Amino acid sequence: MKALHQFIDNNVHPLFKEGSKLEKYWPVYDGFYTFLFTPGHTADGKAHIRDGVDLKRTMNTVITALIPTLLFGMWNVGYHHFNAIGIGATFFEQFLFGAIKVIPMVVVSYAVGLGIEFLFCVIKGHQIEEGYLVSGMLIPLIMPVDLPLWMLALSVAFAVIIGKEVFGGTGMNIFNPALLARAFAFFAYPTYMSGDKVWINTTGTEGMMAVDGFSGATALGEYATTGVSQYSALDAFIGIIPGSVGETSVIAIMLGAGLLLFTGIASWRIMLSAVVGGVMMGLIFNAVAPFALSAEQQAFMAVPFWQQLVMGGFAFGIVYMATDPVSGSQTDTGKYVYGFLIGFLSIMIRVFNPAYPEGVMLAILFMNTMAPLVDHYVIQANIKKREQRLAFKTAV
Amino acid sequence: MADVLEKKEEANELLIDRQPKEPLLSKKNRKLLNDPLNDNNPITVQVLGICSALAITVKLYPALVMSISVLFVMAAGNVIVSLMRNFIPNRIRIIVQLVVVASLVALVDQVLKAFVYDVSKELSVFVGLIITNCIIMGRLEAFALGNTVWKSFLDGIGNAFGYAWILLAVAFFRELLGSGTLFGFQVIPDAWYLANGGFYSNNGFMLLPPMALITVGIIIWVQRARNTKLIEE
Repeated sequence: MKALHQFIDNNVHPLFKEGSKLEKYWPVYDGFYTFLFTPGHTADGKAHIRDGVDLKRTMNTVITALIPTLLFGMWNVGYHHFNAIGIGATFFEQFLFGAIKVIPMVVVSYAVGLGIEFLFCVIKGHQIEEGYLVSGMLIPLIMPVDLPLWMLALSVAFAVIIGKEVFGGTGMNIFNPALLARAFAFFAYPTYMSGDKVWINTTGTEGMMAVDGFSGATALGEYATTGVSQYSALDAFIGIIPGSVGETSVIAIMLGAGLLLFTGIASWRIMLSAVVGGVMMGLIFNAVAPFALSAEQQAFMAVPFWQQLVMGGFAFGIVYMATDPVSGSQTDTGKYVYGFLIGFLSIMIRVFNPAYPEGVMLAILFMNTMAPLVDHYVIQANIKKREQRLAFKTAV
Repeated sequence: MADVLEKKEEANELLIDRQPKEPLLSKKNRKLLNDPLNDNNPITVQVLGICSALAITVKLYPALVMSISVLFVMAAGNVIVSLMRNFIPNRIRIIVQLVVVASLVALVDQVLKAFVYDVSKELSVFVGLIITNCIIMGRLEAFALGNTVWKSFLDGIGNAFGYAWILLAVAFFRELLGSGTLFGFQVIPDAWYLANGGFYSNNGFMLLPPMALITVGIIIWVQRARNTKLIEE
């Protein structure tokens, strides 16, 4: 590693530095350089007490936290594929099939997203921003496996350009870019993003047809349309249910959540309050289920609140998306409110609106919009409190 | 006081009469036509008339009909108000303008119903809502009330064209990407569609109003990138 570092410093660096031929592409070079090595510059004013972890290292931790869901997602894709076409397959075959399906999605997501990001950095002459590293991994994990790759690429382009670059790049976006990509795909190509055809690949092996009586609907989709599901809460907890690539396994997500909480990168306040919000709404639904308008809705409302938490993308959303430090609330009190409402609204949307069986995407995007408002009132309340304290002190 | 004002106005008119006659399309008058197309576009620079730009740009044909309607109302309204500008009491000028615009819109509405009934149904309330189109009221108030008939006419035409080309540009992209058609004709080959074994699928998001807003935003972005004097400090 040291030899490589020295080689780059001596031979590659001069090509890109100011005044040289490739000066224009300095941001691209710098982006790769700082990705490989921690930059050597130090603070030159009075000493700052700061964590040694920079943004690239933070992003890498989040990506590490996503690896369990990615690996599980690959296996799950293969498992359901071979189940659907009625062929026995070994664990290795299942995993290999899933990997062949999922890896192109990851590659396309990174190639398009980073390509656009590099382009903008060269035009603006800015440093490469690292924000896309996590989004690029999140986007394939929240898409159905059968989504055509060009739709994925278009969603990524939309999310990066309209969701991020127009606001000024990483750290300035008001919406979570990964969720924006999903929302774009969801509204642009609804037939490829919802329903019971897209979650399980049945075309990968040539000449094979799905077995009789096969249903590709997700657990949530089944509840929304019929009020019963063939998948138990335990299935959903382990993750052997159909769904977007990485969202199914609560166990894998909890592994990632553990890492994020241990390193302090994700906010435990948001996660905790989102779970509390989800539980609250679940309990309310359980209590009012007898008064539901239709039999299906009544059955959906009567789903035990703890089962609501393990189905669909709820766990994935609150662990990896709601905790996005850029688009979420910044104040501690605000984080409780923000998280609580995400959990609350997710369950509400998924039960009340069968057209959108996955409420967590819309709930998080909605709360992204509201986060600055929440912060504003938290700050105003604090100012008022301190003013009163001051008035009290001066009066005494 | 009123006497003094009247005398002053008479004097002004005499003064104008004495000036050499301006050619019909002098440089100043051409500017009235050109400015709203780019530098002072009613939609992308003044950000007026956005509602209709979002609502009726799903397809090109209704957008074209809407543009022509607005062109007529704007030009005629500007001319009429400009003709009356010296008789309109200042305190009720908004009401007078509204009456003028409303009668013109009623006229347009009847003509549309008579000759292009389908489009008229598609445009529904938005023809009636031309009355409240901020661009029209804005031009009457800001320009026609204080300028001669010919200049007001040019201003009306210019602004209507400025409105129309944005409308048509937005509708072009929305119809092409959202429905795969232009003016109702299939442009994207049928064989391309996924349902027919191809790879393509229409973008349903383009048919929804948010995408119209984003399209207008992208046009503003491109315009400001090319025309740097529009960028505020």
